[in-house]
Amino acid sequence: MTDSKYFTTTKKGEIFELKAELNSDKKEKKKEAVKKVIASMTVGKDVSALFPDVVNCMQTDNLELKKLVYLYLMNYAKSQPDMAIMAVNTFVKDCEDPNPLIRALAVRTMGCIRVDKITEYLCEPLRKCLKDEDPYVRKTAAVCVAKLHDINAQLVEDQGFLDTLKDLISDSNPMVVANAVAALSEIAESHPSSNLLDLNPQSINKLLTALNECTEWGQIFILDCLANYMPKDDREAQSICERVTPRLSHANSAVVLSAVKVLMKFMEMLSKDLDYYGTLLKKLAPPLVTLLSAEPELQYVALRNINLIVQKRPEILKHEMKVFFVKYNDPIYVKLEKLDIMIRLASQANIAQVLAELKEYATEVDVDFVRKAVRAIGRCAIKVEQSAERCVSTLLDLIQTKVNYVVQEAIVVIKDIFRKYPNKYESVIATLCENLDSLDEPEARAAMIWIVGEYAERIDNADELLESFLEGFHDESTQVQLQLLTAIVKLFLKKPTETQELVQQVLSLATQDSDNPDLRDRGYIYWRLLSTDPVAAKEVVLAEKPLISEETDLIEPTLLDELICYIGTLASVYHKPPSAFVEGSRGIVHKSLPPRTGSSESAESPDAAPSGAPPSEQPAVIPTQGDLLGDLLNLDLGPPVSGPPVATTSVQMGAVDLLGGGLDSLMGGTGFTAPSAVMPANLGPPPSGGLGDLFDLAGGVGTLSGSHVAPKTVWLPAMKAKGLEISGTFSRQVGAISMDLLLTNKALQVMSDFAIQFNRNSFGLAPAAPLQIHAPLAPNQTVEISLPLNTVGSVMKMDPLNNLQVAVKNNIDVFYFSTLYPLHILFVEDGKMERQMFLATWKDIPNENEAQFQIRDCPLSADAVSSKLQGSNIFTVAKRNVEGQDMLYQSLKLTNGIWVLAELRIQPGSPSFTLSLKCRAPEVSHYVYQAYETILKN
Amino acid sequence: MIHSLFLINCSGDIFLEKHWKSVVSQSVCDYFFEAQEKAADVENVPPVISTPHHYLISIYREKIFFVSVIQTEVPPLFVIEFLHRVADTFQDYFGECSETAIKDNVVIVYELLEEMLDNGFPLATESNILKELIKPPTILRSVVNSITGSSNMGETLPTGQLSNIPWRKAVVKYTNNEAYFDVIEEIDAIIDKSGSTVFAEIQGVIDSCIKLSGMPDLSLSFMNPRLLDDVSFHPCIRFKRWESERVLSFIPPDGNFRLISYRVSSQNLVAIPVYVKHIISFKENSSSGRFDVTIGPKQNMGKTVEGVIVTVHMPKAVLNMNLTSTQGSYTFDPVLKVLTWDIGKISPQKLPNLKGIVNLQSGAPKPEENPSLNIQFKIQQLAISGLKVNRLDMFGEKYKPFKGVKYITKAGKFQVRT
Repeated sequence: MTDSKYFTTTKKGEIFELKAELNSDKKEKKKEAVKKVIASMTVGKDVSALFPDVVNCMQTDNLELKKLVYLYLMNYAKSQPDMAIMAVNTFVKDCEDPNPLIRALAVRTMGCIRVDKITEYLCEPLRKCLKDEDPYVRKTAAVCVAKLHDINAQLVEDQGFLDTLKDLISDSNPMVVANAVAALSEIAESHPSSNLLDLNPQSINKLLTALNECTEWGQIFILDCLANYMPKDDREAQSICERVTPRLSHANSAVVLSAVKVLMKFMEMLSKDLDYYGTLLKKLAPPLVTLLSAEPELQYVALRNINLIVQKRPEILKHEMKVFFVKYNDPIYVKLEKLDIMIRLASQANIAQVLAELKEYATEVDVDFVRKAVRAIGRCAIKVEQSAERCVSTLLDLIQTKVNYVVQEAIVVIKDIFRKYPNKYESVIATLCENLDSLDEPEARAAMIWIVGEYAERIDNADELLESFLEGFHDESTQVQLQLLTAIVKLFLKKPTETQELVQQVLSLATQDSDNPDLRDRGYIYWRLLSTDPVAAKEVVLAEKPLISEETDLIEPTLLDELICYIGTLASVYHKPPSAFVEGSRGIVHKSLPPRTGSSESAESPDAAPSGAPPSEQPAVIPTQGDLLGDLLNLDLGPPVSGPPVATTSVQMGAVDLLGGGLDSLMGGTGFTAPSAVMPANLGPPPSGGLGDLFDLAGGVGTLSGSHVAPKTVWLPAMKAKGLEISGTFSRQVGAISMDLLLTNKALQVMSDFAIQFNRNSFGLAPAAPLQIHAPLAPNQTVEISLPLNTVGSVMKMDPLNNLQVAVKNNIDVFYFSTLYPLHILFVEDGKMERQMFLATWKDIPNENEAQFQIRDCPLSADAVSSKLQGSNIFTVAKRNVEGQDMLYQSLKLTNGIWVLAELRIQPGSPSFTLSLKCRAPEVSHYVYQAYETILKN
Repeated sequence: MIHSLFLINCSGDIFLEKHWKSVVSQSVCDYFFEAQEKAADVENVPPVISTPHHYLISIYREKIFFVSVIQTEVPPLFVIEFLHRVADTFQDYFGECSETAIKDNVVIVYELLEEMLDNGFPLATESNILKELIKPPTILRSVVNSITGSSNMGETLPTGQLSNIPWRKAVVKYTNNEAYFDVIEEIDAIIDKSGSTVFAEIQGVIDSCIKLSGMPDLSLSFMNPRLLDDVSFHPCIRFKRWESERVLSFIPPDGNFRLISYRVSSQNLVAIPVYVKHIISFKENSSSGRFDVTIGPKQNMGKTVEGVIVTVHMPKAVLNMNLTSTQGSYTFDPVLKVLTWDIGKISPQKLPNLKGIVNLQSGAPKPEENPSLNIQFKIQQLAISGLKVNRLDMFGEKYKPFKGVKYITKAGKFQVRT
């Protein structure tokens, strides 16, 4: 007797029949009917019409029948909310049942009925169940809080369920603890800012105790929660690691990987000299390898994570190369991942084995895999210098097989090898040329053309070869066309006499017959270059190219560090931080590895701590470059005003500079508004403002040290700028505004050729000198630089008013970010108004221009306020005492000549001030108020 | 957490769906079908698929795709482990995890899924606990139920659910108390053309069948525990005791379970029990090739290698094969291009050989790839790593149990490249 019979009633009137059976007096018949209803439901049939009849069966002593009815309710309550109310009474009654199984079942089911009206009735039973004497009920109730939060978050907060849930973390039963942690984690996910799970050493200790005793799933929740904790020092980190290591031997792979995450993260805090550090490294290898003997789906996730781990700490798995060898019946997704890791682990010690394997794979059936294997050989050559020769000969062997896609792939990687080891393996070019005709993929064709162009002087018939490509020029893809253009220009520069015709042909093809702007522009540039100055053309086109680096495919270190914190999650599978793909990632907190304590390596800036800077201070990296780009293109990043450093390096820059330089001549300087070396007026010493000012200068304590300077904040995170991190602040000292920058290179390659440019802004802020960084910035190096600014740039009103959009260029790319500058850097030194003048102006400005603000929590006396503000060029014109209140009348002037008048009312004993501002341009008032706030509170 | 589950058969029908939170429309599976189509082979469907609003994490077991839908960041391994656990439970309850079995027991399946996951959080996944809550179907029980009207659902809270040993029931009684351990080792190896070992390791498990009354506390010790340096334990094992004394000390679950799994990888410990001599070659510009394979015993510690089966995935261009074998029988599947040679026991006196002609599609180019040979075998009464159980002691109960240990070595993923 099986359940399949429930599926067989497909006749008409089925619902009617069921209805009759449901209302039958016989218990057994009822149960059978409910089973039939459930069976129909599972296959997606609509049986919601039976709702009242099924609910009627709910009041029963038969547990199975009750469960079945509950199943039905969960499915259909949403569509029949009014009917669902009928069930409430039974639920409430069941929550008081002496049998804990029924109590738990009732509270569990109620939580699954996603109907608002029902949730109201749920609160009281839930509160009772959270404090139930039976842990089984408590643990079920803990999950129910998460369910309720999903339906009505406000209700959960109002009812204080979150606090009860937090208390359950200290429950005596480990299962209750685990479920409470799981529920809190889920709730916290939709409230990233809340500190629902703020852990302290005591709660950590409780979690670690529960970890040993709860179920495997509970262990995962607890470990993931632990990973978010930041131990206070290396000793605490070590003790947590010691208690987590036994989890590495768990049979459940998810437990193992979560434990690996905790260890990888906390290891960061341990000193490398520590014996324990070495022990831990050794302990990590076996469990990772064991994950690879599991089912293929598990292997895949494990491999994606191992890929991160070997990049972060290659020493863990360096002896385990063989476990990544591919079996012919592995699923393709496993094969590709294994291959990737093999290359990462390849070293001089194991390269022979690796190459033998890769060669084996290159004869497999699966085309994708074969291609990747061939590429892998090339990557090995680039990574392990000693093996380059062997790799090249392996590739040549593969080319001899004449298998089409193998040959093409091999040619693409040989091109890379040439770029890494120039003038070493050119003897193979002849063999490559033999296969010219079989190349039909654009990438391979482009690679081959590049090789021919680059080594044109050694290939006797280079012109013939290139000419043969030229015949079908318009049918080629852009990639090939561009390569062909460059290759022929190279050829011409090397053998000018024989190839004049060819070069003319290609230039006319590119510039006249093509509608691809890239191709046309490049064609024009070459044309101009060749026709104006062939020597310069030679220098540019045949310039020595930078060697390609072996680590091009590595994940940026900052991203890698973040991903290590996400081991075992979806982020680790996609190799992207959750903010990049998780839906509704409002304000996801970026995680970062803890800084190493007890050693001098802690170069991490304080705001990199996991709590992160408050979002309001995060500078916005300009996401849409479109509108800005137009502006920035007009400004020229290339030739600096008076800076020798950039000019000398421009030759090496190859294509980038070629384009930059070319644009000038092409555009003929249209819209070229270089801020020529005008010495800005207010860069000199402050204009003398009479005796009164001098007194003020002497009186103000902070004056000489300049106005208030905010601490530096990160403006451009390294993740968004290919490894360049910029933090900075603005300052004003003796009349000179400057932007104090801290540039850190978090990438793997050296950065050079820095330049900076501002977009037009509200006050015409512009760099007064080029960004002078004399030496290239090595990886992990930081340079501090102060960039003098003036206010003679182009003006465009921004929103917010003090928004500044900045472009920074280096040899890698151009990056854009925007930041807000404090207005007080624009307060000039001669901003003190005569008393009479002040009175007259105050009256003159219409009242609707007056704005009033409150400055709270500022326990300063009137004199202290006065002297503090004067340090930032806000001058007190007069002081009066009216009805026990101190009134300060103040004036300030902005760089563009706008006067702002202020009345500051200070009530002795009260920390709140009232600030009234009057100005002819009322839109600045708010920003002046912000400046007051920052100056007074620092 | 886990939002929904869809079970999909090979022809692409969704035959069961279960939602633990709000209902997710079946149409989300379209993304899965798309990926499936792209993958061509069912085994190559990527396990994690992202869709605009959800993530689909799937496993493929017994010709069924278990596709779970998740909406927030969840550890994928957690989901995959859970799905495998669902499949294991079906297997355990219905004897097989097939579409028919699931459809035949759809109500129990639903009850099980409801019991295993609550709001996406795993609730009860231990087979012992589940069986107390929901009794597995038996013919006798369904007959009795239909007569007496009693149900197949437990009415009380499972005892193990909350104790410190959730894997064991409180009251267990047997008239014959027995404890059996099977030490099963599988050799994973890749042998290259010339017969040398590229890679070899042993994946071992100790599966136990324990039927002991009361609360027995067992200690299992080995002659050579040093062999075990990479071990995964069943939660019942006391980790500290293993760390300090290399003894497995535990209160066992009732019934069948996997006590430990381990891996032995150091090359010198992994003996390769068979060798293969092979010639598989295709002639240039001719539509035929040569096939000649001989298999022989090696390093088998004096035991017989039996149950030997050789499977070869031949290149696509192969039409059929004309072979003669000195032992066993062979079949060639011309659709899947799989050659299976069932040999049986290998006797060292007369080595089994299979040779003959391979016929290729006329006009097809000479196949580039060389087929790998997949070899299965087993050796009774031998753990190839040399692992030996020393003794089993029982504490906490007075009776004398019957004890037994069995060893077996099998081929795991054992591949010979040609």
